[in-house]
Amino acid sequence: MKAAVVVFPGSNRERDVALALKRASYTTPAYVWHGDTELPAGTDLVVLPGGFSYGDYLRCGAMASLSPIMRAVKDHAARGGHVIGICNGFQILAETGLVPGVLMRNASLRFVCRDVHLKVETTDSAFTGSYLPGQVIRVPVAHAEGNYFADDETLKRLEGEGRVAFRYCTEAGEIAPEASPNGAIRNIAGVLNEKRNVLGMMPHPENMTETVVGGTDGALLFDSLAKALA
Amino acid sequence: MKARVHVTLKHGVLDPQGKAIAHALGSLGFGGVEDVRQGKFLELELAETDAGKAREQVKAMCEKLLANTVIENYTIELV
Repeated sequence: MKAAVVVFPGSNRERDVALALKRASYTTPAYVWHGDTELPAGTDLVVLPGGFSYGDYLRCGAMASLSPIMRAVKDHAARGGHVIGICNGFQILAETGLVPGVLMRNASLRFVCRDVHLKVETTDSAFTGSYLPGQVIRVPVAHAEGNYFADDETLKRLEGEGRVAFRYCTEAGEIAPEASPNGAIRNIAGVLNEKRNVLGMMPHPENMTETVVGGTDGALLFDSLAKALA
Repeated sequence: MKARVHVTLKHGVLDPQGKAIAHALGSLGFGGVEDVRQGKFLELELAETDAGKAREQVKAMCEKLLANTVIENYTIELV
């Protein structure tokens, strides 16, 4: 799997995700500067990492979505290439329109940095194939704008097509409002695009890939990708 | 020509910041504030002198960047 991690001014999780990818695929990902206009030849997976691109000016992800590299990312996705946006990367994908919906300010108005539990809602994607259906995993979140929102029609489509990838849940797997760190509608933590080759998610699987930091539940996402895009 | 753009949350979109402001106003003793909706105000200095063209330009700017029309409405005022 050839992965390219896009680095925006203000990205800060690019190394974490690159390490997780390297461990899963035994291949070192390329870093691509946001001002570049092309992805490295043969790129299978594009990663938009977490951080605070452009200082979250105007709206989180709004400026980054207009970076020169994003045209190449859109073309890559249109060709069926895989793209994952994590945290700020999810916000950028939403602003670009590669996944539906928006990420609003957390209902608590606070920055939330802690572990959450997620229910794997679909294993039918290159991102989630190594998980068990309905598996409950523990990964961290770290954001102030993760409150997912989409209109009723969009939600109906997402649910009907099984495009909700992850939902915040309790440790026992119950989808309860209090299990959500940000007030996201229907506890949505991650969504797929129509063709299922683009995933946006707020939690950080890349930061839960070693027992020394508390668990390896996140590693399976990168394992899924390494297998699907081998 | 100057354009003034107001970006506001659509009806039905929860505005926790507005709620917090309303609550803070109440605790400062300002009674009777039933609701607060927070938005953005942008002032654009335009080279265009034709009002019709200017409005079209600013509308395109709102659609592409200044507002996220999934959750936000915008109004344009030319002065």
